[in-house]
Amino acid sequence: MSNPNNEAIRLATAHGRFLRSVVIRGGRVIDPGQGIDAITDIAIRDGFVDAVGIGIDAPAGAQVIDARGLIVTPGFVDLHTHLREPGFEYRETIATGTAAAAAGGFTTVCAMPNTEPAIDTTAVVDFIHDTARRQGSVRVYVIGAITRGRKGKALADLIELATAGVVAYSDDGDCVTDSALMRNALAYSRTTGRPVVQHAEDRALTTGAQMHEGSVSARLGLAGWPRAAEEIIVARDCELAALTGAHLHVAHVSSAGTLDFIRRARSRGVHVTAEVTPHHLTLTDTLVGGHWWSATASLPAYDTSTKVNPPLRETPDSLAMAAGLRDGVIDCIATDHAPHATTDKHCEYQTAASGISTLETALGSVLAVVHAGGLTLVEAIAALTVRPARVFGLASGTLLPGMAGDVTIFDPDREWCVDPAQFRSKGRNTPLAGHILRGQVIQTIVGGEVICDRSA
Amino acid sequence: MRRKDVLDLDDFTPDELREVLETAAAMKEVLARPIRRVPPLRGKTIVNCFYEASTRTRVSFELAAKNLSADVVNITASGSSVEKGETLIDTTRTLQALGADMVIMRHGAAGAPYLVARELEASIINAGDGWHAHPTQALLDLFTVQSRLGSIEGRRVAIVGDILHSRVARSATWGFTTLGAQVVLCAPPTLLPIGFADAVSTGLRAKGISTPCPVTVTHDVDEALRDADVVMALRVQRERMDAGLLPSLREYSREWGITRERIAKARFGALVMHPGPMNEGVEISPEVAYGPQSVIEAQVTNGVAVRMAVMFLLAGGRAGPAV
Repeated sequence: MSNPNNEAIRLATAHGRFLRSVVIRGGRVIDPGQGIDAITDIAIRDGFVDAVGIGIDAPAGAQVIDARGLIVTPGFVDLHTHLREPGFEYRETIATGTAAAAAGGFTTVCAMPNTEPAIDTTAVVDFIHDTARRQGSVRVYVIGAITRGRKGKALADLIELATAGVVAYSDDGDCVTDSALMRNALAYSRTTGRPVVQHAEDRALTTGAQMHEGSVSARLGLAGWPRAAEEIIVARDCELAALTGAHLHVAHVSSAGTLDFIRRARSRGVHVTAEVTPHHLTLTDTLVGGHWWSATASLPAYDTSTKVNPPLRETPDSLAMAAGLRDGVIDCIATDHAPHATTDKHCEYQTAASGISTLETALGSVLAVVHAGGLTLVEAIAALTVRPARVFGLASGTLLPGMAGDVTIFDPDREWCVDPAQFRSKGRNTPLAGHILRGQVIQTIVGGEVICDRSA
Repeated sequence: MRRKDVLDLDDFTPDELREVLETAAAMKEVLARPIRRVPPLRGKTIVNCFYEASTRTRVSFELAAKNLSADVVNITASGSSVEKGETLIDTTRTLQALGADMVIMRHGAAGAPYLVARELEASIINAGDGWHAHPTQALLDLFTVQSRLGSIEGRRVAIVGDILHSRVARSATWGFTTLGAQVVLCAPPTLLPIGFADAVSTGLRAKGISTPCPVTVTHDVDEALRDADVVMALRVQRERMDAGLLPSLREYSREWGITRERIAKARFGALVMHPGPMNEGVEISPEVAYGPQSVIEAQVTNGVAVRMAVMFLLAGGRAGPAV
C-alpha cells in the first residue's frame, strides 16, 4: 500500500552488527508468512536468511544452535513500544527498552513518539535512529507524531518525517479528537503511504477516568472509562478513512464493540488495520479490585500496576480479542510496552501513571491464550511476526531467503515466575509479578547475532 | 474484631458488624456519664490525617479518641508538608517513624487508605476516600437504625441523592445489606453508578448472605420511598450541574427532594437520615429535616459512640459492657 513516490522502508541496521552467520538445527520452524510448520534447519549468512531446509550446509564460521524440542520462528515484531527516550530516561532508554525487547523475543520494535520533545522533526527521528544503532539490541523503527508537539492542533511535517524514515504516524497517549484534523491527517498521509495510528479515546467521555466503567469501578468508587469512548472514535475514523482512502491503524483495541465497526469498514473495502495488546487479551478489570492467583501472586485492591489506558475490560471483551485475531479483524498483537518508574506508580490510584511493562511477559501471556485453546500456536505466531510486519510494510516477520536473519527460539512449555526485579526494562510495572507463565524465550537472534540466550 | 484496619464494610461479616454495634451501645452509656472519659487507649497516639476539609467527621473522631484517653494529633492538608508536594507515601513513612498507633485518614482519592494500610504497621480507619467508602458513617447509620427500630434485618432502606459520587451510599449499602436489609438506591440516571447493584450482590454471595434482591436501583423517588423503613437523603453538590449531570437544583429538588408529601409514602414512623451537611430545601425540606421522624442529630451523637467502639476494638478491646 505504500506510495510509489516514496522509497520502501529500509531495514533498520546497526554499524558492524547484525551481520553474523548461524545455523539453527532441529527445531520446529513455524513461519506463517511462508506457510512453514516443520522440523527443519535454518541457515543465516552474514545477517540474512540463506536457506531453510533439512540438512542445509552451515555457512563458513557459523555458530551452530541445537533447537531440538523448541519452536523456531521469525523474530517478533512490535508495532507499539514506548522507549521513553528522549525525555523520560528515568523510565526507559533505547538501550534498556531494546534489551527488554530482546529478552521477550522481539527483534523489531516501533518507537512511539510521546517523548520529550515529541518525535515531530527530523532531528528527533535521527537521534533515535543513531542511538538505536549504537546502543540498541534490536531493530528500531520510529513512529512520527501526527500533530506538531502531539498537541492535536496542527499537522506535523508528515512528508519530512517519512523522508527521515518514520514508518507510521501517531499521537499515541492522546487521541486526535478534532474530526477535521483527523480527516486532514488521513488525507495527507496518502502522500507517503504511511498508516495513521489512532489512540481512540473520546476525552469528553473519559474525564478523570481511572479504569473500565462497570461494576468494579462502581464498587471501587473510581471514575469509569466507558467502551463507547473508544467505539465512537473508531466508528468516526473508519468513515474518515473511507472518505480519504487512507490507511487507518487502530492502536490497542480494548472493547468488543470496536471490532464490529472495524469489520463493517473492512467489508466496504476501507483500509483499516488493528492491534491488540497481550494484557487486553488476558486480563480483566476485576484485577483492580484485588485478585489472588496463587501463593506467590496476588494483587491487593487498587494496585496501580493494573492501571492502563485503554483500561482492562471484561471477560467478553478479552474473549472477543482472541476471536478477532482468529478471524483476522485484528491483524496483530502489539505490546504497548509502557515502562514507568516506581515513583510513577507508588502512589494513589488516581495519581498513578497508566501503562504496563509488557515486552518481557508478552510471549507468556499470548501463550496462555494458546494453552487455553483461544488461539492456535500458528495463529499466535502469525500475530507476532508476519502480520504486524505487513501492517507497517516492514521487511521482516518471515524467514524467506534474503530477508533479515531475525529469529526467536522459545520453549512453549517452560514455566517461569515473573520477577520484575529481573527485567531488562527499567519498568517493573506489571500486574503479573509472581505469576507463573508457561512459555519462555530461549534465544533471540538479530541478523544472525544471538542477543539473548537462556539456553545454558 | 480480628483485623488491623477498617477500610470499608464490604469485607465485614454480620458478626463483626454486630460486635461493633454492641460495643457502640456500651460506649453510648459512657457518653451519658458525667465524666465521659475511660482509659482503654491511654498512652496511645492517634493521628487524624485529613487531606480533605472536614469539620464534623474530624471532630467526631477527635472526641472519640479523647474519650478513650488517647493522645490525638491532627494533620490537615493545608499548611502542612502535604501542600509542599510531599507524597502520600512520604507522609505515611513519617507517621510510621513517629510511632502513630492508629491513623484516621480522609483522602480525595478512592483507595488511598488501602495504599497507606499496606505500608503502615499502625491501624488505619478510613474516614472517607473519594467516592469509595466511609465505613464509620455507615456504622453510625446502622447503630442509629438499630437503636430506633430495634432491628435491621428485613428493613427497607431508601437512599436518595447523588449515589454516583457518594462514599456514604456505598458503605451504607454494604452495611445494611450485610445485616439482611434491602437497599433501594434512587437518583437521577446521571448520578447512578452503573453496575453497583451487581457488585454488591456478588460480594454478598461471597460472604454467604443470600437476601433476595439486596439492592434495587430506580430513578423514581415515589417507588423508592414506598414502604421504606428508613429514608436517607444525600447532599447534592452544585458542581454536579457544572459537569452537566443535572439541569438545575430547582429541578432536582422538585423531582427528588425529600418533602413531607413524599415521606408520607414511606412506612408509618419511617426514620429520616442525612449524613450532613444538608442543603435544606434542595435534597431535603426543613420540615422533614427537623420533623418528628428525623434522626439526623442522633446520627451525630451516635457517631462519637460508634467511632469509640471501632477504635476500642481495633486496639484489641473485646465487646461487652466492661469498659
